Amino acid sequence: MADLTLTDQDFEAQVLKSEIPVLVDFWAEWCHPCGIVGPIIEELAAEYAGKLKVGKVNVDQNQIAGNFGVMSLPSVLFFKNGQVVKALVGAQSKDSYKKEIEQVLSA
Amino acid sequence: MYDVIIIGSGPAGLTAAIYTTRADLKTLVISGVKQGGQLMLTTLVENFPGFPDGIQGPDLMQSMRKQAEKFGTEFVDDDFTTVDFSKKPFKISVGDKTYEGKSIIIATGANNKWLNIPGETEKIGRGVSSCAPCDGVFFRNKNIIVVGGGDTAMEEAIVLTKFAASVTLIHRRDAFKASEIMQKRVKENPKIKIMLNSELTEILGEQKVEKVKIKNSRTGEISEMPIDGVFVAVGHMPNTTNLAGIDLDEAGFIKIHDHYLTNIDGVFVAGDVHDNKYKQAITAAGHGCSAALEVQKWLEESHS
Repeated sequence: MADLTLTDQDFEAQVLKSEIPVLVDFWAEWCHPCGIVGPIIEELAAEYAGKLKVGKVNVDQNQIAGNFGVMSLPSVLFFKNGQVVKALVGAQSKDSYKKEIEQVLSA
Repeated sequence: MYDVIIIGSGPAGLTAAIYTTRADLKTLVISGVKQGGQLMLTTLVENFPGFPDGIQGPDLMQSMRKQAEKFGTEFVDDDFTTVDFSKKPFKISVGDKTYEGKSIIIATGANNKWLNIPGETEKIGRGVSSCAPCDGVFFRNKNIIVVGGGDTAMEEAIVLTKFAASVTLIHRRDAFKASEIMQKRVKENPKIKIMLNSELTEILGEQKVEKVKIKNSRTGEISEMPIDGVFVAVGHMPNTTNLAGIDLDEAGFIKIHDHYLTNIDGVFVAGDVHDNKYKQAITAAGHGCSAALEVQKWLEESHS
């Protein structure tokens, strides 16, 4: 299942109230490293479908990033039971993201 | 089996790839997650020859990549995990895949240095940054400090004036070492305040940067300044992790033994991972070309 587009309006319902952990990819058009991370996140979304929800927030169109102290892109935040459990700032390798996903799912 | 595997996709790596592929050498570039290198993090590049109106860093790198692809370069867009230089052919793994190459060009470049002061690491991405074009947007109408005295620091400060309410440029020495033209632009910019003979000693704040402690390097006096962001531009570290067996010089940069050859026969180096002196896109590109020509000759001589 492809990852979903999140907005200020549905963030609470989709992310904070989600029963399974959520990976949120904060991005923007002008952020080149975001363009590299995007496809990696999409691949991981498919690999962990059903266990991990994956969504993207365009920070030019939404303000929600500010609520979580996101001040740099790309930022990938992991949410569990409505809380941020991990934040990865800057582009990482697929292996790096995978390791974090495994940790979040097993904790 | 590749004739040459190039690690890195900045101007050094991509120029090398253009030359090796045009010499009919089967070429793989392991581009790294930070594809395109340091120029991806800058805005207008005005000193790369051939562009009288300048060119955006990312656009220049995109063009270089297209050129490398045109002549047949293959790309793996990830970081390498391990490399085995102990025997030939050389083996490089990327995750669970392994690639073999008769020769290697290390063009892994450099990454920015941090200040290594208390409070810095925890706030990276939460007010501490090293890339104005990347993160400036989050600091609209805020007050920012830029630390550094070279061209990068001048550039960061100027880029930030587009977003920030104020930019304070802090440098520990009594004069900047940046190029004349950049210093002039900074001094003429009404939004930039300059504090020389000063260094940050601590970054404070709960969830994000709220204030910093500044020490006057002449008087030793420490003062506090409330601030929303700290951009660090104090130099670069060569990317030499996971390159066991390669000789480094005292500053940690890869040593050249003979015309771009490292201490290992068949392993060459190009760009900022070796060059601590010039560090320009055009010098890196030049190195990439020279290393490629060396590889070509080496392959002809040792594998004919």
